[in-house]
Amino acid sequence: MVALTYHAPDSLEEAVQLLSTARQPVKVLSGGTDLIIQMQGLTQDERLVVDVKKIPGMRAADWSDDHLRLGPSMSCSQFTKRQDIQAVFPGLVEAAYLIGSTQVQGRASLGGNLCNASPAADTIPALIVNRAVCLIQGPNGTRRVNVEDFLTGVGKQCLASDELLVAIEVPKPAARTSDAYLRFIPRTEMDIAVAGAAVSVTLDDDGVCSNARVAIGAVAPTAILVPSAAEALIGTKLDDDALHAAAAASSQAANPISDRRGTVEFRRHVVGVLTKRAAKIAANRVGAV
Amino acid sequence: MKSHISTTINGDSVEFLCDPSQTLLQVLRNDLGMTGTKEGCGSGDCGACSVILDGELVCACLVLGVEAQDAAIETVEGVAAHDQLHVIQEKFLEHAALQCGICTPGLIVSTKALLEENPSPTEEEARYFLAGNLCRCTGYDKIIKAVMDAAATMRQGA
Repeated sequence: MVALTYHAPDSLEEAVQLLSTARQPVKVLSGGTDLIIQMQGLTQDERLVVDVKKIPGMRAADWSDDHLRLGPSMSCSQFTKRQDIQAVFPGLVEAAYLIGSTQVQGRASLGGNLCNASPAADTIPALIVNRAVCLIQGPNGTRRVNVEDFLTGVGKQCLASDELLVAIEVPKPAARTSDAYLRFIPRTEMDIAVAGAAVSVTLDDDGVCSNARVAIGAVAPTAILVPSAAEALIGTKLDDDALHAAAAASSQAANPISDRRGTVEFRRHVVGVLTKRAAKIAANRVGAV
Repeated sequence: MKSHISTTINGDSVEFLCDPSQTLLQVLRNDLGMTGTKEGCGSGDCGACSVILDGELVCACLVLGVEAQDAAIETVEGVAAHDQLHVIQEKFLEHAALQCGICTPGLIVSTKALLEENPSPTEEEARYFLAGNLCRCTGYDKIIKAVMDAAATMRQGA
């Protein structure tokens, strides 16, 4: 592994200070399920590792009047066990539940999934449809960036080297709103999405979709919001024509690559199917509320 | 520069010196001589190095040794009570749920974590929970039989 210097600060200020004054490249450590593997391959190098898990709030999830504030380092296993979160964001919880194994979920975090910025990250489409916002702290203060704008490319996000993701805020959804996330993998577990789709829908009392968000993953350099798919759902009762149009919009918006896990054609097709099915599941969940 | 780490392993206070680039797995096996925890893939895929860290089942190869500071760690060495095997270990023997044995310590620790969280798992729940523990010998059938039998026996004992 690389030569490491390790710090586990207990305040945000100290963490940002470490990031902004480091003389060697800095890596922020949450669960380490991506980072430790990445560092194992680099034997001739050195890194400053800033473990942020001891900073108060980084592993917590607390409700305020209008949003859920998620500590970015909370493990997926802690997150998926929270019944209060499951009740409001079932799609976001099912996305976290799909990551890796039980062991990986014991360490992996939503903030790490976001900052690692894999195109196939399962929680990112679900965060996007729920209008999640990144709170970023740097030496000159804090800024807020929507998750769909946070990602800039494969493995890349907009954090400067002296900035830290300090919270993810997920607004409380409107009444009669729910979400769902589906991914395609050739196995039943322990795999990486070949394509993924998250949908959030709001239904009025007559079952007409009054608001929707659709985001797709593993079919472009980053997870992407697909407004045209949402527009196909809004104003409908999610009948077959509307679902078909939303599926076509997702397939159209996808910009996938062919690799050993799937071809361009396959991914384009499947991301549409997943969009349609996730929309139905989200709508059924509204009915169940 | 080595860091001085104070931690708790299987209920005992333990101190060790480690380089920050060492994983917890390397510290356990190479520095502390606790070779019950196995190294399989070294990349978090196989579960041979499963340990319980502050109540969470994790792969020791994906934890830095320095992260053990002030933590509570449970390894396979802590599963039996002295000479008395744990029910899970007895059932693995009874059902011949192992051949080469490399995956077994990880599976024992993971099964313990499963049954502490869910004492009455369905076979499907057990299979999903243990999906991160790879076994290339048994085909899993005997392992799942041992796990389900251990769960039933532990429920009767409770």
